[in-house]
Amino acid sequence: MADSQPTAPQSLYAAREPVFPKRVYGKFRNLKWVIMIVTLGIYYVMPWIRWDRGPSLPDQAVLLDLANRRFFFFWIEIWPHEFYFVAGLLVMAGLGLFLFTSALGRVWCGYACPQTVWTDLFILVERWIEGDRNARLRLHRQKKWDLRKARLRLTKWITWLLIAVATGGAWVFYFTDAPTLLVDLVTLNAHPIAYTTIAVLTGTTFFFGGFAREQICIYACPWPRIQAAMMDEDTLTVGYREWRGEPRKNSEAVKAGAEQGDCIDCMACVNVCPVGIDIRDGQQLECITCALCIDACDDIMARIGKPRGLIDYMALTDEVSERAGSAPKPIIKHVLRPRTILYTALWSLVGLGLIFALFIRSDIDLTVAPVRNPTYVMLSDGAIRNTYEVRIRNMHHEERTFEITVKGDPAIRLELEGSTDARVSVPADEMLLQRVYLVAPSGTAAARMDRTDARLWIEDMVNGERAYRDTVFNGKAE
Amino acid sequence: MAKKPISKQEPDTTGHEWDGIQEYNNPLPRWWLWTFYATIVWGLWYVIAYPAWPLINQATAGYKGWSTRANVAVELAEAEAANAGINAKLVAAELSEVSADPELQGYATSAGAAVFRTSCAQCHGSGAAGVQASGYPNLLDNDWLWGGTIEDIHATIAHGIRNEDDPDARYSEMPAFGEILESAEIDQVVNYVMSLSGEPQDPALVAAGETVYMDNCAACHGEEAQGDISQGAPNLADAIWLYGGDYDTIRETVTYSRYGVMPSWAGRLSEAELRAVAVYVHQLGGGE
Repeated sequence: MADSQPTAPQSLYAAREPVFPKRVYGKFRNLKWVIMIVTLGIYYVMPWIRWDRGPSLPDQAVLLDLANRRFFFFWIEIWPHEFYFVAGLLVMAGLGLFLFTSALGRVWCGYACPQTVWTDLFILVERWIEGDRNARLRLHRQKKWDLRKARLRLTKWITWLLIAVATGGAWVFYFTDAPTLLVDLVTLNAHPIAYTTIAVLTGTTFFFGGFAREQICIYACPWPRIQAAMMDEDTLTVGYREWRGEPRKNSEAVKAGAEQGDCIDCMACVNVCPVGIDIRDGQQLECITCALCIDACDDIMARIGKPRGLIDYMALTDEVSERAGSAPKPIIKHVLRPRTILYTALWSLVGLGLIFALFIRSDIDLTVAPVRNPTYVMLSDGAIRNTYEVRIRNMHHEERTFEITVKGDPAIRLELEGSTDARVSVPADEMLLQRVYLVAPSGTAAARMDRTDARLWIEDMVNGERAYRDTVFNGKAE
Repeated sequence: MAKKPISKQEPDTTGHEWDGIQEYNNPLPRWWLWTFYATIVWGLWYVIAYPAWPLINQATAGYKGWSTRANVAVELAEAEAANAGINAKLVAAELSEVSADPELQGYATSAGAAVFRTSCAQCHGSGAAGVQASGYPNLLDNDWLWGGTIEDIHATIAHGIRNEDDPDARYSEMPAFGEILESAEIDQVVNYVMSLSGEPQDPALVAAGETVYMDNCAACHGEEAQGDISQGAPNLADAIWLYGGDYDTIRETVTYSRYGVMPSWAGRLSEAELRAVAVYVHQLGGGE
């Protein structure tokens, strides 16, 4: 083991190289604008949409009611015991990510990730206030803080802060009635948790979008690494057609007399890059595949009368075939392949299953938890009694009375704790815990056997809707 | 981001090399490093401010004087204060009326369950099923030695049974019939008692046992052997046995008697807690 070269004293850190992305026009930039408007629009507007559900329920279309443990989404109302819907949505999100990553690479990073969208918004504000790349560079290099620099910086930071407050503010509206909370927030009557949440999200938005930016993607975010593991040779990435562009203008090879490639080394692709890389060095970890360099290069190619696509979406396999002289493979052929079709099929299967589950679910439900401490109790007449904790959920928006019955061994009779008949009233949109006793008289088969199957039914006395759960009656096991 | 090595130049390395493998020099970003230093400073402050170094008896106190025990005491006091209103309501309520008030019943059941787990489960079991081998009664069935109304249960819990601390404790004492009856007479009466709720071991002795029973046992347990809750005499005709219903156990009970003791809880639990646990036990399934 030997040092190959003399070690110079190394600094422990490297300062961030500031990135000043230049304004760019093109189809991908336009697509990004549309996605930004749609995603931010959904985020900010969603909590304000009203949805009438009747007097006892909130009229907010999308509401995560943590206090009452309900999730409202337009006409859908999810109770805690239906959490499998959330699990299903997460499975779909996972499969969707597999699908998009294997087909389109880091398309999530480039277009839809909140970090990207808000950074894009913050850069837009920066450009409005301080000017485009060159003006911002000049301002950055100007060491002296004169009045103009202070004014520009201050305006920018205040605008960022306002966006950040709105971002944090919109988040809390998803968890309680938005108009009420807004009044409470303004009149300083809201819960401290609301203020803390807004403060934390304001801080993170301001810092992540204004200052940390691409460093979050490079150093903090695990997704680039995970996505890198999901890509294959047909996955689309943003790449540089080196075989077409090189040797670039002003390179050593051209100076030595080689024929110049299409790249005129105008740096347009580098200047627009929001993560500050040169895509011509090849695919690299920092690249979020936002495709802005494609727009920039296509613009230049059009001006110098060369075909577009020197920088383009392409897959690893394209390099081999194109170097061999073949025409570029259509994108659709990269995207449609067994792996992506399988992901799409699985994704649709889970989605259809969820929709099916949504339509067959009932407005009443019960769970039965047998009390097993002890498994049974002997009564003074020798009868055997089992106890069950029955939770009845009334998802109707009005109080309902239910009759509880037991089916199975006819010798087993049913009693309710604290009630002389077998009926219970469950208030609207609530769950009721009722202790239910099943009693098998002395000497009956159920009392003597180890286990007897039993089925508990509830019947809605208003509309006859029924639901049941199977359980087990424990006897003396003689 | 870190400045990238310009292509076609030698990459920047730390100068370390192992078997030809070189280490790139990719330093941390400045803000990251500062965060790291900040955590060190924070760590030092934390060690001074909060309990940190373990010593023989306890850890260093820290200048803020923070302690989990003190916090728990504060939280307990807060909980006590928060429940003061409903506790007062529970103490003032007629016990038999509690179940008519869903709020009070719900509170008493929950609070009573907590008291039960803390103070009663050691003998009666966490499921309140008792321990027959030790004579700890099952509280789930509908057989009560001293009465199963909510007031009876409350009185039993408050004063206990056969303890020497509480003058109001429920008291009765069964004689040890081993000193009173002949061994053969005990055999006879055990067979008679067994015949009341099941099968005697020796049917030939039942008739003689009935005579012994009427002379010696009926005064407390009743001529029908239905027991007497005013003196805690168990019902001998039902299916439930406090200590066990087999021949040997009943013979032991008759010969040596039993003397089950329950402590008085009036001094250890507050009146609200006593009432809550009475409500809890009453609604376990056997309450009258």
